[in-house]
Amino acid sequence: MTEPSPETPLCLADLAVGQRARIRRVEANGAIRQRLLDMGVTRGVTVLVKRAAPLGDPIEVSVKGYDLAIRKCEARAILVEPEGS
Amino acid sequence: MRGTGTSTRLLRAGIAGNPNSGKTSLFNKLTGSNHCVGNYPGVTVERNEGLLHADGQTLVMVDLPGTYSLTAYSAEEVVARNFIIDEHPDVVVDVVDASNLERNLYLAVQLMEMEVPLVIALNMMDVAQRHQLSIDSGRMAELLGVPVVETVGRDGRGKAKLAAACMSVAAGEGVGRVCKVTYGHPLDEHVDALAARIAQDDGVCRMYRPPWVAIKLIEKDPQVGAAVARVADDTDGIRQAAEEAIHQIETHSGDDVESLVAEGRYGFAAGILRQCVRTPPTERRRMTDRVDAVVCNRLLGPAILMGVVYGLFFAVFKVADEWAWLFGKSPTAWMEWLFAGLASAIGGLEATSPMLHSLLADGVIGGVGGVMSFVPLIFVMFAFVAVLEDTGYIARVAFVLDRALRIFGLQGRSMLAMIVSGGLGGGGCAVPGVLATRTMRDPRDRLITMMVAPMMNCGAKIPVYLMLVAAFFAGAQAKMMFLLWALSWTIALMCAWLLRRFVIRGEQTPFVMELPSYHVPTLRGVVRHAWGRTWMYIRKAGTVILAVSLVMWALMFFPRTDASAFDAGVAALDASTATYQRDKAAIRSEQGRARLRQSAAGRMGASLVPISQWAGFDWRDNVALIGGFAAKEVVIGTLGVAYSMGDVHPENSGSLSAQLADDEHWSRLQAVAMLIFVMIYAPCMSTLAVIRREAGSWKWALFSTTYTTILAFVLAVGVFQVGRLLGLEG
Repeated sequence: MTEPSPETPLCLADLAVGQRARIRRVEANGAIRQRLLDMGVTRGVTVLVKRAAPLGDPIEVSVKGYDLAIRKCEARAILVEPEGS
Repeated sequence: MRGTGTSTRLLRAGIAGNPNSGKTSLFNKLTGSNHCVGNYPGVTVERNEGLLHADGQTLVMVDLPGTYSLTAYSAEEVVARNFIIDEHPDVVVDVVDASNLERNLYLAVQLMEMEVPLVIALNMMDVAQRHQLSIDSGRMAELLGVPVVETVGRDGRGKAKLAAACMSVAAGEGVGRVCKVTYGHPLDEHVDALAARIAQDDGVCRMYRPPWVAIKLIEKDPQVGAAVARVADDTDGIRQAAEEAIHQIETHSGDDVESLVAEGRYGFAAGILRQCVRTPPTERRRMTDRVDAVVCNRLLGPAILMGVVYGLFFAVFKVADEWAWLFGKSPTAWMEWLFAGLASAIGGLEATSPMLHSLLADGVIGGVGGVMSFVPLIFVMFAFVAVLEDTGYIARVAFVLDRALRIFGLQGRSMLAMIVSGGLGGGGCAVPGVLATRTMRDPRDRLITMMVAPMMNCGAKIPVYLMLVAAFFAGAQAKMMFLLWALSWTIALMCAWLLRRFVIRGEQTPFVMELPSYHVPTLRGVVRHAWGRTWMYIRKAGTVILAVSLVMWALMFFPRTDASAFDAGVAALDASTATYQRDKAAIRSEQGRARLRQSAAGRMGASLVPISQWAGFDWRDNVALIGGFAAKEVVIGTLGVAYSMGDVHPENSGSLSAQLADDEHWSRLQAVAMLIFVMIYAPCMSTLAVIRREAGSWKWALFSTTYTTILAFVLAVGVFQVGRLLGLEG
């Protein structure tokens, strides 16, 4: 259970294409969480949303210098802080 | 603990690395052509072994499956980790993509935790240089305490140095102290304390290194936890100490241990990189980005995908089958010429020992030859698919299609299984396709993919399609094959949707996949890849299909009918000469048919006619389709046997296509019903065996056979009956 923060926390799926953000927390559970951590989606890392697939989902994000495809429903479990705001 | 008898046994190396790190091409460069392919015991992850000769020594190299981590997330990770723990390799080579160092070093850090004798191959140095990364490999080696060799897997640069480094590390020479991995405060203190506690336990120490067990227990790795419980003298004490450490870390930092450990490893890797890599300030991967902007575009992406699929057909059918570019014949025509030559070479046997002649001509050459004549075509197809795989386009296919596939209860990664099964139009096989579902975590997604992947147009169905299309749709071959491709996908997706809705219900699984940088594939790599798969096809033709063809031949040859009535007919005609030739041929032809109908297979086929006639199948078609339960290529082989045995002049009859086109029982409508039935019905025996193993029970294997056969029959009957009502039979 996470305490609701004063402002609604933003997640990776909320970002627009071309937007940069810093990862605050990975909320996913179990295997998917381990997978995201192994792929370098860890706290403090900067990500850039590069594009969305033809049907708007999944999205492609640049993380640690490589590209990762991730579905929006998984991206919702990754809380971020937009950069430059 | 590691073997002291190294003088008597061969030195062994494991090659680890991330997917897309160029691991396999480097492995191929190191081992040349000394290969041996098998499976890891108990699982179906492929295991490649090869020999490396250098400095008068020999090293057995094992190509481990590509993994991002060793946290036992997937079957591949478990295999790689167990190899390192259980087989005690004398050296582990970690192939690292130099153009993507940070994430690749994450695996290296985990190998260092395991304290294995390690060599790091900084691969793809050419790409790193193009990206203007300057990497000080000497400094890196110093910092990690591990030999670091710069390599380029594509052209083999650095191969000799890497071989020398492997040899000396394997022999235990020249190894510095492997640097201790640090995770930062407060993890380090707790890992050290727990390691010290574990070091007091002889049971664990006999099997594992205490610091590795400590970090794994703190990371809550279930497999290591279970292993410790098996071997430890004081399991409860260790477990309590680990739980206490986890509790203290989490309360101190306010974060969970899994994240902290992953962050710690990445932090360690980043710390190393800061000291030995200079990155240019400009944006990297420009080429890949520019290509992706087109290939993954909303409108262009799907259009390009369709274009690629159509291009595959074009390449395969024009290059391998239609264009007479190889000394005046197409490659396929050469293979057919070869087997026709073989058949006429043994023609003399017919008079002396007709049974042996029938066995060789109808059973062996008819069955295997038909399958083998498609080798050039299948090679071109595999080569095309290998290009798509080696360039990195396949991952984009999954990316572009994921959302659409999810509607049907599948996912982007099902796409890989479907493509391997033949989803691109034929360059596949459902056996590796079913195995490719191992990359999927969710058992339901896996099961659905397994149930529909065999409906793809695999390499074995293509010969059947080609033969029927050539006979009844000459001139529109590429179009027909494209339609068959579209139809197979439509039916497979409908089935997936129905299965997800009514049979295998549940939530869908996550999708997290790397989109690797594009690479220009090497000719050697593509040929090697394509030839490996083609060879598997040939081997199947030589073993399984030969055996099945012989069984089918025997079923069709025995029991023999009494020939006296037919001989009398011939004798009676001997006097008159006017209609002699024609009538003799007619009677002998009738004898052939009667003989086949009397055989065991003929009776089986005939007994099914009351049902199969609804789809227009006669007893000979039934015999062929029964054979197809074993392997789809058998359908064409058996039809060949059925039609050539029923013919009095096998040597001057045309190809099977021509024979069917002339046969009054066959029509375009009949051909379409047959095509649809062959597309959908029953996975072949090899696929069933794999489904049984992967799904864990015969239940699913039987289910997939039953539902597909019923569906195939319903569709074939529907097409045939509707077509007849519309008067399309002619």
